[in-house]
Amino acid sequence: MNARFPARALRTLALVVATGAAAAAMADDENKQMNIDHPVYRSECGSCHIAFPPALLGANSWRAMMAGLDKHFGSDASLDAGTAAVITKFLVANAGRRDTSGTDGSPQLRISDTPWFRKEHRDGHDGITQGIFRSEAVKSAANCAACHRDAGQGDYSERNIRIPKNGARS
Amino acid sequence: MRSHSLQTLLAAVALIASGFASAEAPADFLARYEAEARQSTPGFSASAERGEKFFTSTHGGEWSCSTCHTKNPAARGKHANTGKAIEPMAPGANPERLASTRSVEKWFGRNCKDVLGRACTPGEKADVVAWLMTSPR
Ligand code: HEC
Ligand code: HEC
Ligand code: HEC
Repeated sequence: MNARFPARALRTLALVVATGAAAAAMADDENKQMNIDHPVYRSECGSCHIAFPPALLGANSWRAMMAGLDKHFGSDASLDAGTAAVITKFLVANAGRRDTSGTDGSPQLRISDTPWFRKEHRDGHDGITQGIFRSEAVKSAANCAACHRDAGQGDYSERNIRIPKNGARS
Repeated sequence: MRSHSLQTLLAAVALIASGFASAEAPADFLARYEAEARQSTPGFSASAERGEKFFTSTHGGEWSCSTCHTKNPAARGKHANTGKAIEPMAPGANPERLASTRSVEKWFGRNCKDVLGRACTPGEKADVVAWLMTSPR
């Protein structure tokens, strides 16, 4: 009795530890919460599209983008200087460490043009079919939320991906 | 680092506070834009009918205001490029509309440039506000 108790307790403890480790490993794999946590950024840069995760572009790309908001992908997205400065600080502080300059050396402005994005979203990978980004349901690779249902919350976890049927109406 | 994020936080708080401080009513915008319009056009009076026509027509470009906001101010719209949903424009359907100078001036500024290639005149803004205020009827 006396000898068995600690053995059992030890076994239980080992089980708890093992389960915990497995859960942590799974969470690492399956939860892909990206930081967009800044109220001004979310409201100002999340009105025409979802607020993109700062980590997906390098600091130079963000600086270049913030310097040209009056001509932002064919739209006028201009901001007063004070608000722009606050947002630039947040973007640069949370930018990806990898440089996102294009082959010509100028900073890339589209997340969807970066080599990382193209690789992660290549045809045939995890249900991505040819032409899906141009389909009626998705329209543009920048429409992250068409597939990442909780992209508006910065959540890119695999379990929250639903790829719309090609050509389906949204 | 600490003072840096503190600064950012303070700036953010100040921004949000300024947004609240300038909370206004739709009628305030109508009165203000009418008054501005009268400086160049004495006797100007806003017209919801003109506002509707302005809002739903193109002005030389590809887009009208309705391209993103639909022809019904009480309905949800959809951004022409990104597909993102846009909450209704009419204050009667969405109490957050026509409630803050900062937001209203910012969006008139941007959207008029995109649709007309120039700023909207005070008269055009007064007409649009008058129309948005009549909806939903
Ligand atoms: C007035 C509307 C508007 C506002 C406000 C706006 N954007 Fe955009 N943004 C667009 C449009 C339109 C596109 C192009 C979308 C497309 O091609 O599908 C775009 C694209 C982008 C892209 C590239 C997406 C891709 O293809 O990878 C980034 C990054 C971006 N915006 C960042 C920002 C940031 C940062 C802010 C805030 C300072 C901001 N946007 C505010 C309209 C806007
Ligand atoms: C057509 C559907 C679709 C669109 C649109 C789309 N994605 Fe994805 N995304 C996927 C799929 C499928 C994967 C692969 C999941 C995997 O790794 O198994 C993925 C993977 C990712 C990952 C990696 C997740 C991980 O587990 O590491 C990130 C981050 C991501 N996408 C961000 C974005 C962003 C940001 C946008 C918009 C600029 C976007 N995606 C647009 C379908 C899409
Ligand atoms: C390309 C898409 C697009 C077009 C075209 C467009 N808008 Fe907008 N508009 C938006 C978006 C996005 C918002 C911000 C939505 C939000 O705050 O939820 C907005 C917001 C507004 C607001 C802000 C209301 C408030 O109380 O804050 C006004 C006013 C407005 N638009 C008027 C116009 C007028 C007038 C036109 C035509 C000259 C027009 N819009 C054309 C996309 C568009």
